[in-house]
Amino acid sequence: MSDKPQRTITIWFFVGALFAVYGVLITGCGIYGLFHPPEVVKAEYNVTLWWGIFLTVFGVVFTIRFWPRKEQLTGESGGETKGK
Amino acid sequence: MNASLQALSQMAMLATAEVEVKVKQLDVTLTPVDMVIIALYFALVLGIGFYLKKFAETGEDFFLAGRGMTAWVAGLAFISTNLGSQETIGYSSSTYQHGMLMNHAYWIGAIPAIVFLSLVMMPFYHICRTHSVPGYLRLRFSEASRSLSGLSFLFMTLFMSGINMFGLAIVMKVILGWDLNFSIWVASITVALYVAAGGLLSAIFNEVLQFFLIWFGFLMVPVVGLIETGGWDGMVQRIQTNIAQIHPDIPAKAADYMSMWGAMGDASTNPAGMHWAAIVLGWGLAISFGYWTTDFLVVQRVLTAKDLPSAQNGTIIGGFFKMLVPIIVIVPGLLALAVLSEPLLPQNHELVKAGEAYSYNDVLPLLLKRYCGPGLLGLGVTSLIAGFMAGMAGNVSAFATVWTYDIYRPLINRNASDKHYVTMGRICSLLGIFISIGAAYVCLHFETIMALSQLLFVMFIVPLFVPVILGMLWKRATAPAAFWGLLSGILVCLGMYLFVHWFPETPESYAKYLTAEKIAALQAWDIDTMNPKHLIYITFSPDTKDIPANVWMAVWTFTTTVVVVVVVSLFTKPKPISELKNLCFGETDIPSHAHLPWFKKPAFWGFVLLGICIVLNIIFW
Repeated sequence: MSDKPQRTITIWFFVGALFAVYGVLITGCGIYGLFHPPEVVKAEYNVTLWWGIFLTVFGVVFTIRFWPRKEQLTGESGGETKGK
Repeated sequence: MNASLQALSQMAMLATAEVEVKVKQLDVTLTPVDMVIIALYFALVLGIGFYLKKFAETGEDFFLAGRGMTAWVAGLAFISTNLGSQETIGYSSSTYQHGMLMNHAYWIGAIPAIVFLSLVMMPFYHICRTHSVPGYLRLRFSEASRSLSGLSFLFMTLFMSGINMFGLAIVMKVILGWDLNFSIWVASITVALYVAAGGLLSAIFNEVLQFFLIWFGFLMVPVVGLIETGGWDGMVQRIQTNIAQIHPDIPAKAADYMSMWGAMGDASTNPAGMHWAAIVLGWGLAISFGYWTTDFLVVQRVLTAKDLPSAQNGTIIGGFFKMLVPIIVIVPGLLALAVLSEPLLPQNHELVKAGEAYSYNDVLPLLLKRYCGPGLLGLGVTSLIAGFMAGMAGNVSAFATVWTYDIYRPLINRNASDKHYVTMGRICSLLGIFISIGAAYVCLHFETIMALSQLLFVMFIVPLFVPVILGMLWKRATAPAAFWGLLSGILVCLGMYLFVHWFPETPESYAKYLTAEKIAALQAWDIDTMNPKHLIYITFSPDTKDIPANVWMAVWTFTTTVVVVVVVSLFTKPKPISELKNLCFGETDIPSHAHLPWFKKPAFWGFVLLGICIVLNIIFW
């Protein structure tokens, strides 16, 4: 595929974008859960909030790191093509 | 043969889509946020499929994703093909049933074979530039062995895709009360669309996506679970208190659910009727090497790597993640033994079929419900859906490749254009999905979906491994030997399976081994029950359960195939040495990795991986 020079999106970008959105949604649920704890075992730990924050950070880091750039010519090769 | 007729008629019934399956439901309500999370996943998957369509124009692109992947993409897709929901649901349920010994599937049953694939076999696959494992058999041996392995592989992929479909539908019904047919059609159409559009590239993208979904979707289950039980020791204590009530038919001296090796000295001292020799020979050698080195589905993923070091390192990267999977699969199975108050039952148990009890397969959904509030629940459900759909996609794309390259092109239409074959691949992806719907219902007859998929591996993949590995390492191996070895392996395994489920004597004569309700339901050939008197010939113990029985069958299937290939080879004429170039050890220039720095050498990481695996086995002995 490297013979088709064009701007392409890497898989890591899709992964990052999906989890950034999921992270924000789940953090939202977590904040709501501070006031209305869900009916689950060990709700007092508010796993939802912590997990949401973790996913948001992960997603945002991946999204920024693998934002589609012109120099990434071989789309599926991920970030590792950079600089080659 | 009543039961198999019954199975066939059930397959036919599903095609007309009016089958009633009762399950006990979890009564989970999804909040709008959960719905949005699920919907976003479907939107992204379809979007990616159509985005990738423009990259899947040539045969090389469609069937091998253009061979342009880095080690990380190839490695994650490699491991992710294996880590579907069939795996998460399957192994957590089997752990609930048999205990910690299921962990062997992840360490001795995977790591040595993965290292072997990377260091020994990958150079041959990569250098001969085959499209598929049956393709290698054609190059090394003959058209006949390719056709046979191609056909058995097609059969298997359709079944595996069907298992994933069935699993998805059942889980959605248990968790959300969705209609079986609704789930099957939504999943089928989505998968068919994105695989037909983007080919293997689509399947791989979704596998990488699913890799992250499964880890992020399930990881908090063991974390919160271990908080609830007060850590590992607290969990072990609770299991010991509960176990007699959860598995009442397992005698006290066999009720050791926490041993990997300690209780395997004798089949009567562990809950599965397992023996260490079966673990080493069956799991560690036959099944594991067969699956990891010749199941085309997994090998195909690393064949997409851009060069040999990437393919080899990708395999090792996959191995590291494989070694960690027990955290999200085995630990939940053990947690379920510790925290769930109501005992779960086999999938083919009367109460489960009547929708009055949960089955072993419900371990993960029950734990998700227990620990995950709104938001996290949506993520967990999405992980399950993603895992099943990626499992279907992987099998269907492999089905399309093997059909097009190994059956259609050599046997039916030899001289068509590349474009024609790509079109054929797209059509087959659609067809494959719809045929596998029929296979979905056979699953109802097995105690867990794991037992069925393992049986399929033993029957079709174990016999395939022998001619491939002997072909690579032994110049003397001949074409007729490969064909007859493969065929006799498949037939011996099938024969053993039929033998174990055959009850030639009167039902009453089994009173010593089987419960009264099993005897009442016994048929002359019974797909639901194994005959203990016949089992002794295969596993040396009447107590053996489904999964160890498969492992023993793998031992005998493997042995038969080796003997047949070696003996027939010695009596037939080998290929001239000149035709073995790049196919066989000693006739292939394997590229040297001497120029690579040590931290990029596959051998270095391979041995690190093996070392850690040994240490883990000792810790959890």
